Order: sequence, then structure tokens, then C-alpha cells
Amino acid sequence: MDVSRREFLIISGVFGAGVGLSSMGLDLGPVKAYADQLKIDKMKTAKVTTSICPYCSVGCGLIVSTDTKSGKIINIEGDPEHPTNEGSLCAKGASVYQTTAANPNRLTKVMYRAPYSDKWQEKSWDWAVTEIAKRVKATRDAGFVEKNDKGQVVNRVETIAHLGSSNIDNEEVAVLNLMVRALGLVYIDHQARV
Amino acid sequence: MTNHWVDLANSDCLLIMGSNAAENHPISMKWVMKAKENGAKVISVDPRYTRTSAISDYYAALRSGTDIAFLGGMINFILEKDKYFKEYVENYTNASYIVGDNYDFNDGLFSGYNKETRKYDASTWSFKRDDKGVPEKDPTFQNPRCVLQLLKNHYSRYTPEKVSEITGTPVEELLKVYEMYSSTGTRDKAGSVLYALGWTHHTIGSQIIRTSAIIQLLLGNIGIAGGGINALRGQPNVQGSTDGCLLFHIIPGYLKVPRSSQQTLEAYLKEYTPKTAEPQSANWWQNTPKYTVSLLKTFFGDKATKENDFGYAWLPKADDGKTYTWLDMCDVMYSGKINGMFIWSQNPAGSHPNTNKVVKALTNLEWLVHANIFNNETASFWHGPGLDPKKIKTEVFLLPAACSVEKEGSLSNSGRLAQWRFKATEPPGKAISDGDMVYRLVRKLKELYKKEGGKCPEPILNLHWDYADAKGKFDSHKTAKETNGYFLKDTTLKDPTGKDVNFKKGDLVPTFGFLQADGSTSCGNWLYCASYTNSGNMMARRGKEDPTGLGLYPGWAWCWPVNRRVLYNRASCDPSGQPWNPQRAVVKWDGSKWVGDVPDGPWPPMSDKEKGKLPFIMKPDGLAFLFGPGMVDGPFPEHYEPYENPMGKNPMSGQVSNPAIKIFKSDMDKVASGDPNFPFVCSTNGLAEHWCSGSFTRWQPWLLEAQPELFVEISPQLAGELGIKNGDRVQVASIRGEVECVAMVTPRIRPFKIAGKTIHQVAMPYCFGWLIPKSEKNYSTNLLTPGVGDANTMCPEYKGFMVNVKKV
Repeated sequence: MDVSRREFLIISGVFGAGVGLSSMGLDLGPVKAYADQLKIDKMKTAKVTTSICPYCSVGCGLIVSTDTKSGKIINIEGDPEHPTNEGSLCAKGASVYQTTAANPNRLTKVMYRAPYSDKWQEKSWDWAVTEIAKRVKATRDAGFVEKNDKGQVVNRVETIAHLGSSNIDNEEVAVLNLMVRALGLVYIDHQARV
Repeated sequence: MTNHWVDLANSDCLLIMGSNAAENHPISMKWVMKAKENGAKVISVDPRYTRTSAISDYYAALRSGTDIAFLGGMINFILEKDKYFKEYVENYTNASYIVGDNYDFNDGLFSGYNKETRKYDASTWSFKRDDKGVPEKDPTFQNPRCVLQLLKNHYSRYTPEKVSEITGTPVEELLKVYEMYSSTGTRDKAGSVLYALGWTHHTIGSQIIRTSAIIQLLLGNIGIAGGGINALRGQPNVQGSTDGCLLFHIIPGYLKVPRSSQQTLEAYLKEYTPKTAEPQSANWWQNTPKYTVSLLKTFFGDKATKENDFGYAWLPKADDGKTYTWLDMCDVMYSGKINGMFIWSQNPAGSHPNTNKVVKALTNLEWLVHANIFNNETASFWHGPGLDPKKIKTEVFLLPAACSVEKEGSLSNSGRLAQWRFKATEPPGKAISDGDMVYRLVRKLKELYKKEGGKCPEPILNLHWDYADAKGKFDSHKTAKETNGYFLKDTTLKDPTGKDVNFKKGDLVPTFGFLQADGSTSCGNWLYCASYTNSGNMMARRGKEDPTGLGLYPGWAWCWPVNRRVLYNRASCDPSGQPWNPQRAVVKWDGSKWVGDVPDGPWPPMSDKEKGKLPFIMKPDGLAFLFGPGMVDGPFPEHYEPYENPMGKNPMSGQVSNPAIKIFKSDMDKVASGDPNFPFVCSTNGLAEHWCSGSFTRWQPWLLEAQPELFVEISPQLAGELGIKNGDRVQVASIRGEVECVAMVTPRIRPFKIAGKTIHQVAMPYCFGWLIPKSEKNYSTNLLTPGVGDANTMCPEYKGFMVNVKKV
């Protein structure tokens, strides 16, 4: 097996993270399992895509390498072509890899907590979308204000609030905005104000 | 940012204040250091000696929340020592305007104040105008009621001695900073202001930034390379989500939210479309009707017709003068009047002030929908420290989201640069993108309202909802095109030179100059018109050419508006269009057109009295505002103490804290000013290894190992007084809550002499909690912070509140 320096760093990163954190009570099994699935000798087939760092809004460029065999991300590093960061990254930017599926702490299932329950239950997307829509409709229809105290038509809902997010894409912001205004919400805010 | 990251390298002097850029925007320092290599001076002003201070040429400490005093002293210095850039001030600011007779200022209060409502009648701050409505001016600046004279008068009270008494900064240090920075008030020098949450997190936050704007205008630093007011911001897409207006008071493109008194589209447009009588003003917001109607066409498509006011009635109306911010909604939730809530990738149970109240408010909800890539203290609030799940009714739906590299789309950085991210792989397990979630939920809601009917179903049923690909998945390209806007019928329009241009139905609108108010165009956000055109996705470009040599990179991604990299760039030239500094020419008039950056409009420079336009095109009268009657708390920034403050009084006036802030009165909104039980000033801050409340970064071993737990920075002097050693465990308490942490005894932070008294300040990061690392105790610093916000924005006062510290 011919392992380059970069590949070595990836491998040691994946394993090293696990060893360092065992003292903090995290379950390390999945980290090792993820690493085991990577076929080091196939890495030369990696697909490269560019991205932008998901943290501070400097907007540093990233290069993401994905193993074409397993579909797994194997490395993320600074984009040397990017005019702002010219390949550099800070501690957080250099750790974006740990926001991916390589991190066993990621949420991967729809979870539901029932009233007065002390645990999460796993649910399907169809169930969640249907149940959420039912609650939104019931709350909206019960709390809908057609006219205010002055008799002005206001067509709004004050019993549903909305928060977030500066951490989603512009296109997601666009559709979210359409949704909240169409529902008639007025309590609308996000991280720009915190 | 008026400018952009790479442009920092073009500066001669960088004032970094209200920001610890080296810690919180580390890569920005690449360009700060490049400026230093070119001979620039870097000034760091901060209560703590930070990583940014460590690379600065000069450091000055100030007590948290006294920035207006510090900067007001600089305005006084600039005017008294005649350091301002006269040609710039005369031509490009409202320094010569005559202020009306009703304006007055007395002992900390401006004219028009109503004690009961805590609001000002800003009409007392208006300018004198002639019969045609043109502002009266005195270009000689002799009239005692002209803006420049009032400015001089207002800030004459901010003497170095008075400022020092408030800020705790020694007089000689103030003078050194003033001298260094005001040296940029010449045509060949550029000074840049860099700020972040250190300025916004105050009850006077907006006015701190205004003070810096006044300084930048006096020194002629707006519009030029290496200048500007640069909000570093702190979230990956906070610029884009603000442009997209996921906020109560604005709708996409900074159009104002409809209010109850505006019952028709005509009434709305009448109130929000500014008029000017100034012959040379471009008054850009006169285009409000085009942007509004095009937005309504994006909302409701074919259902938006001229006959039905383009569906205007279906948009919710907020009551006039009422705010619906996070602080408001938390208070209403706490009182039990909000039943359901959506929270997308945000962790208010860690990042919002007065966490105990936040959590109590969450327990009053019937249902909470939360989408994120990791679990956090908000989604899991029901089993947090001190809570019994069996007593909490709230249903919680926790939705697994795709992370940044598992979906495709754009985000906008602080320099207004919209950059496209590509999808590297599928999300793990059942995770899907937030866009997919919204798409599916609206589709389901439409189905339910169609089947069952319900209250006011029209906006939901008529919402144009064509945002999916052939497989039914959310399509970011389709959405980006809708945001850019389409021609909805075949149209012939004139370009800026007067030539006819033909467009076909379905063409993407090439630039917002072609948007129409008659329903023939759609546009989801006029500021992003030109981002995705018939030529392709501009945000995905990777061109590296740099024709000006100033690092503008016009072919790299795409910048709003219309790919302009420096805002108000025509102010970088004299009135005849020639650069103040030819060595760093952002734009230049070549006799027939502008060359360089995309100019702030195609018109000739203002010396052409017939066709020329004034440079500040977003102001109705075309000039920048030294006197700003648009603020809710006064046309000139004035020093007020933080809402919670050490002395219970204000050395500057009889008005202790900002008289126009909203005060919440619940039993959980306690305050302790001048209270011996809470004698120390505290401010929160970020860490390079964590992000905001830490809700992503605490789940990452590499980062958590580097910064594993909460600490408080204490000066050696205070530690000595309290018998605390470096590494001891201590308790920090405010009147609202307490938190345990490690004491870091460090000379980075030091006591201040304030009005003859020693005042200690401490500092704490706010990125910890209880869910991860799992703990029985809550390590959220926001248990301490007060739920009170800035008068204009209602951004909370996370900096400059009062605490006590004791050994555990």
C-alpha cells in the first residue's frame, strides 16, 4: 500500500480523533467503522468538489475529496485558488471534515419527543411531515387574526414563532421566507439579531 | 462590509474595535498582516488584550460599553484639530444642511422624547427645506444650526479628560489613537474600521457603529480602497439570510414589512417610496414599487394580478411601531401566548440571553420543530439540568439536516460575495437538506388546506411553489433563478444608453435595472438580480483576473449589488470623477464612462450639473448623513451606560442608560445596576476553536480537545483581592443566574479607573452548555446575561453586564 503524506494525515486524523476522545465518554465504535470502510488503495479515484467554510463568514474556499467507490468524504482542506484564504484555514475550518458523516454524533434519523415523555422515539419522514403540517394548521387556524383592534385587515398568526437561520443556503432562506410569510407569521427572527 | 476581505490589505490604518478578528475571523488577518507589510498601522481597542491586540501596532483598553465616549472623543479631536477631509465633507455629506428649529439636546435627552412610551418624536429632528422641499444648506458652515456646527457643539463635551473618566483609558492613550487614526483624513490615505459583535452587543450598539460612520465620513474613508465600515459578522450566511430578510421588520431585499395601517399596495408603496426634490439625487429607493411588485410575483405567480393588488392583502401585516424580535417572542412565549415554534439551525437555549427564561419559555410551547446537523440544548431542553421531563408538555420534532458539503447552494460572506457550494456526497442516514424539509412541508400544507379548507387559505394555496427537480427534490438552481427573477412576458425595454433590448418570456432578468412594477417581471430579491442569468450561475465563477490590482477579483463568484465590490465607490473620486488617490483608484471617470469597479450607477460624476448624480444613492437626497434623523434614539450618537452598569449613573449626563430601549418586565427580567452584590463588569466573547454556542464544535473531538471547558478571565489584581488562583474553580453569578467555571488569572485583562473609582472587568466565552460534554450542570454563560437589546435593532446586550465572582 502506497500511502502519501496527505493520506497518512487523513488516516491518523480519523483514528487519532477516536483515541483522544475516549476519555470524554464518546462512543468511538462508529469512527473506527467509518475508517475501516475507506479503501486506501482506491483513494486516487477521489472526486473533488469545491465548497465554502460553514463558520465565520469570511467565506474561505474548501476542497472536498470524496472517495468515488464508497461515496464517503475522505478529506477537506483549504482551496489554494481561493482569493480570500489562498489555501489557509483556521482551527474550525480545518475541522469541517468532522461535521460530515465521519462524525458519529451526526443526527441521522427523525426523532420525536412526545408530551411528558423522557425519551426520543425514531420516526419516518412521512410521519413527521404529516404530523408537523397538522399541528401548524391547527395552531394557525385557531390563532389566526384577520383584523386587529383597530379593525384593520392584518391576516396574521401570532401563536407560531420562527427562528433561524444564518446557517443555511440563500436558496433555503428564500423558500423558508416564502413559507413563513404565506403562513402569516410575524414573530420572525434569526441569528442576525444575536 | 462596505468593502471586502482582501481590501483590508489596501489600508494605511486599521482600527479594529469591537472585534477580536484574529480569534473570531482568523483568515482576515492574512490581509491585515499584508497591510502591515505595506506599512499600515493596526490599532486594537478592546477591554481585553486579545490575539488581535498582540499583532497591533498600538493597543488601548476601554471599559465595556463605552465605545461612543471613546469615538465621540475622536470626533471632537478631528473637528477641533481641523483634521477632517474638507472637500469630501463639503460635497458628499449633509454637513451643510440646516437643522429645523425644533431640534434640541439637553442633559442626555434629544427633543421629542416621551417618557411614558420611551419613544422619540423624530419629526423634531428634521431638516429645514425650501418651498420645493430641497434641504436648506450653508456651504460656508457658518450657520450655528448647520449640521457641522451642531456636530462640533455636541462632541465638544467629549473632551479627552471626560472620555477618560468614562472609558478608563488614560488621556495620552486616547490622544495617541486619535492622532494615528485621524491621519487618514487626507486624499492619499485610507483608514478602515473593522467591527463585529463587540459593537452590536450593546443597548447603544447601532449608535456605536454610527459614531464610526461619522468618523469615516469626516476622514473621507467611505467608498475608497482600504477604507469603509467593515462589519465582520459571525455566521457563514448571516449576510445572505439578512439580505433574504428572515426577520420580522423586512422582506427580501430590505423592503420594509407591510404594517397594519397600509391596507393596500398603494398605501404601502406611498409610505415606503422616498421622494426627493434634490435635482442631482439618484434616490435609488424610488424603485421600491418595481422591487415590491416583482417580489409579489415570485410569491404568488399567476395568482398575483394587477386587479388583486398582486396578492398584497395575503401578506401578514405587523402592527405599526410594534417589534416582533427574538426578545419579544421569548417574552410572549414565557407568558404562554405562543403555541408552536420552528427553529432552524439555531440554539437559543445556549446562544440567547437569560437562558433560564429561554428554557422556561420553551416549556410553554405545545410543539417545537427543530432542524440541525447535531442535537443541541434547545432540541433537548426538556431533559436539561433541573427539569423533570414528566412535567413538560412540549412535543419536539428533531429533524436531521444535511451539512454544508452534502447539498448544493450559495451563501454570502461579509463582503457581500455570494459563492456557490457544490455537493460532495449524500447526507448520512435519513438526513435531508433544510430546503427539502421546507419544500415537503409546504407541499403537505397545501394538500391539507386544499382538502380541509381553513382560515385564510389563499396565501398558502396561491403560493407559487415550483422549487423541485424532476425527482421531487428541492432544486437550488431553480430557486436561485427564481431569486434572480424572470421576464414573465415578451418585453422590449431600453438599456441605460437608450437602446431597445428585447426579452422573451422565461428569460432571466440580466440586472435589476430591468425590473418592472406592472407584473411583467418576477424577482425573489432585487439585490440578487444578476446573480443567475442567461449566461449562467455567476456565483459559481472562479475567474482570478484582477485588473485594478486592488484585489477586487470581479470574475470570482458574484457580489451584490450588480457585482460591485466596494459600495459608494463614486465617493472615492472628486466631484469631477478623478480618484482622490490615483495609486488606489477603485473607479475613475474617463470622460464618457466609469472604469474600474462596477460604479454606483452609470451617471456622470456630480460636477456634470445636468446628468451627474450625488454619490450616496441610497439616501433620498444623495448625501451621507452626519446628522441621522432615521435612528430611533437620536440623530447624534450619545454615550449612555449599559443597561446594567457599575455606578448606577452616567458621568456624561443625567440620563443613565439609553432612554429609547424596550424594557421587559417579567419576574425573570431582573436588573442589578450599581449593586454591591454584583460589582464586576462582564462581557462574553468567542473562541477560535468554537462557533457561537458551540452546538457544532463541541461535537467535534479535534476542537473540543483544544478548548474543553468554560473559564473566566480575571485580572491578577482582582484575583488577589478575591483570593483566587489561576486554575481554581469559581462561581460567576448575575442577578439572573450563576455558572461554575475555571478561573484564568491573566494580565490580558486589567482594572479600570472610572470616575476616580477602580472598576474590575471579567470576560467569559459563551460556547458551552450541558448536552455535550454531558453534564448535570449547565455551563451556558448566557444564564448570566440580561434580556435587553439595542434601541434600533434589539440585538441583546451580551457585553457590559454586572456579575460577582467567588471561589467555589
